[in-house]
Amino acid sequence: MQLARVVGSVVATEKVEGLEGVRFLVIQPLDKNQEPAGRTVVAADAVHMAGSGELVYFVSSREAAEALPVRFVPVDHAITGIVDEVHLGVDS
Amino acid sequence: MKVGRVVGTVVSTVNIPLLDEHRLLLCDLHDVDGEPDGYTICIDVVDAGMGDTVLILDEGSSARQILGIETGAIRAVIVGVVDELHVDGELREVE
Repeated sequence: MQLARVVGSVVATEKVEGLEGVRFLVIQPLDKNQEPAGRTVVAADAVHMAGSGELVYFVSSREAAEALPVRFVPVDHAITGIVDEVHLGVDS
Repeated sequence: MKVGRVVGTVVSTVNIPLLDEHRLLLCDLHDVDGEPDGYTICIDVVDAGMGDTVLILDEGSSARQILGIETGAIRAVIVGVVDELHVDGELREVE
């Protein structure tokens, strides 16, 4: 899983079967110091509570769909948690 | 699997239910030369500590097998603490 910042949302009425009711958010992946890293992606919100500006973590690839109510859906990124705190130690 | 180093922890209260039972560790990943190669947030099943060099599994099916679950959005799991790492016959420094 990686860190990301929620920067937007996507609204789509017509969707593939199984994706009804799933929220899609635009997220900016971050490095461990919470600086932007790479391009934004659209992720399904598996915690149903992530909002704009929030720090989250997300899972990619096949496992993203595992976070959703219908498991066999075409989703490749899913938000799996909202971050309260990140503690970095040692010489990171 | 990948070799990494535990450099942080991630705390969250709102998350998918599966993650309620596990602590999340932030690990730097290293390439074969020991150079930084990104990071990943992992579930820990071996009680790894801050600064430990660890073996990280990053594949969903095997991760679910380790956790004994059939479904779940999890990929990265710390499955071992590295004692020694040898590359090209040389012993790499492991903390």
